[in-house]
Amino acid sequence: MIDTGSTAWVLGSAALVLFMTPGLAFFYGGMVRAKNVLGMLMQNYFAMGLIGVLWAIVGFSLAFGGSGKWIGNFDFAFLKDLQHAATVLPGYKDPYALAIPALLFCAYQMMFAIITPALITGATADRLKFASYAVFLGVWSIVVYSPVAHWVFSPNGWLFKRGALDFAGGTVVHINAGVAALAVVLLIGRRRGYPDEPMPPHNLPLTLLGTGILWFGWFGFNAGSALGANQLAVQAFINTSLAASAAMLGWLVVERLKDGHATTLGGASGAVAGLVAITPCAGFVSAMSAIVIGALAGGICLLAIGIKRRFGFDDALDVIAVHLVGGITGSILLGLFADKSINPLGADGVFNGGGGELLGNQFVAVGATIVFSFVLSFAIAKVIDLTMGLRIDEAEENEGLDISQHAETAYA
Amino acid sequence: MKLITAIIKPFKLDEVKEALKSAGVHGITVTEVQGFGRQAGHTEVYRGTEYKIDFVPKVKLEIVCATGEELRVVDTIVESARTGKIGDGKVWVTDLDGIIRIRTGERNDDAV
Repeated sequence: MIDTGSTAWVLGSAALVLFMTPGLAFFYGGMVRAKNVLGMLMQNYFAMGLIGVLWAIVGFSLAFGGSGKWIGNFDFAFLKDLQHAATVLPGYKDPYALAIPALLFCAYQMMFAIITPALITGATADRLKFASYAVFLGVWSIVVYSPVAHWVFSPNGWLFKRGALDFAGGTVVHINAGVAALAVVLLIGRRRGYPDEPMPPHNLPLTLLGTGILWFGWFGFNAGSALGANQLAVQAFINTSLAASAAMLGWLVVERLKDGHATTLGGASGAVAGLVAITPCAGFVSAMSAIVIGALAGGICLLAIGIKRRFGFDDALDVIAVHLVGGITGSILLGLFADKSINPLGADGVFNGGGGELLGNQFVAVGATIVFSFVLSFAIAKVIDLTMGLRIDEAEENEGLDISQHAETAYA
Repeated sequence: MKLITAIIKPFKLDEVKEALKSAGVHGITVTEVQGFGRQAGHTEVYRGTEYKIDFVPKVKLEIVCATGEELRVVDTIVESARTGKIGDGKVWVTDLDGIIRIRTGERNDDAV
C-alpha cells in the first residue's frame, strides 16, 4: 500500500541525496589547487547530467529489474511501466513491500547512482582528462554500479538473499567507489610533483561548506533508506548524526595526539568518515553503537591516511582512506553491532547473540564488492587509457584543469 | 648590493626555491603577478563568448644579495626555472643604494 507520509519523506530524501553531489564537489573543490577547482566541480556536477539520463534509460532496470541474482534486466528500460502506479518491483513483496511508488524508488536510487562514481574524482584530482572521465563515468555506472546495487539492494540479489546487510550503501556506494578509485590511480599515475611539492588545499572554507552540505544530505541518504516515514527512519536519522559527531571527535583526538593540532580539515574529514561508516549500519544498530562505530571510523580513517605514503600511488584527496577504509569499517562492524530489536528485517551481530553468521556474510559482501569493482574498474580504465588516454599532457597539467579542459578560470 | 628580480612560471616556483636554498640564498620575496611577453595568452569561453586573455599568470621573485653574489644567484634561477619552452620568463639585476634590516638596524651588506 502506498503511504502518503512515506512518499513525502522519500521525495524529500531524494532531493537531499541529490544535494550531496554539489556538497561533495565543494568538499573536494576546496582541497585542490586553485587552477583545478572548476575541473573538480565540473566532474561532480557532470555526474548529475550523465548518470541521471543513463539511469532512466537502462541503469535502474539493470539494478532493479527481473528476478536474477547477479544482475537486473531490461524490463524497466526507458522507465517502461514505472510510470503506472500499480507497478510492483520484482522482489519487493512482503516483508519488503514498498510503501512508496516504484517511480519514486527509481528517482531516489538515481541520486545514489549519481554520487557513487562522483566519489572517485577525489582520487584522480588534477590530472584526469575530462572526455576520458565522461566515458569512464557512463561505462562504470552501467557495468559496475548497477550489478553491485542489484546484488546488495534488490531482494533478488545474491548478497541480499545470503543475508549480508547494507542499509544505505556501505558496499554499493563507498567500497565500490573506493576500490574503483584505487584501480584508476594505479593506472593514471601521480600528480606531477607529488609527493615532493606541497599541494595544500586552496580554499578550506569551501571544503567545510561542502562537509555541511554532505552531512545535511546524508539524512536523506540513510534515513531515507528506511523507504518510509517511520520509527526506522528516525533511528537511521539519529544514528547518522551521532556517528558523524563521534567520528569528528575521534579524528580530532587522534590528530591532536599524533600531529599536535586539531585541524578544520581533520574535523571535516572525520565527520565524512563517520557518515561513510554508519551508512551500511544506520537502520540496523542502536544509537550508542552508532557512536562507537563513528568514533572508531574517525580514528581508523586518519591512521589509514597516515600509512598512505608508504604506497607508491597518489590518491590525491584520500578517497581510499575515507570511503574504502570507512566503508569496510562500517560493513564489518555491522557484523558485530547489528541488533534485531532495532530492525526485525536485519540480523543480530556477534555482540547481540547472533554468532558469527552475519559477520561472515559481511566479509563475503565486502570481498565480493572489492574483487568485482577492482577488476572491472581497472579493465574499463585500461581500455580508455589505451584508446583516449586517461591523463592530460604535461603542459595542460601545469596550466591546470580549469583552463586546459574547460577554458574558464574560477577566480578572475 | 644588488636586487635580483625574476619572473618565472608558477609551477617552477618550488624547484627554483629549493635550488636557491641549496645555493645559500637566505631569503626570497614571492608575488603572484600577471603579464605578457612573447608567450601568447589563452582563450576563455563563457556561454559561447570568447575572451582573449592576454595576461598570463606568473610568479615574481625578489632577492637581495651582496655585490659579487649576483651572477651565482642569477645562474641558479635560470637553470632551475628553464623548461626550454616559450614563457619561461626573465631575470634582471638592479643596483641598490642601501639595505636596512628593520629588527636590528643593520645596514647594507650586514643586512643582506
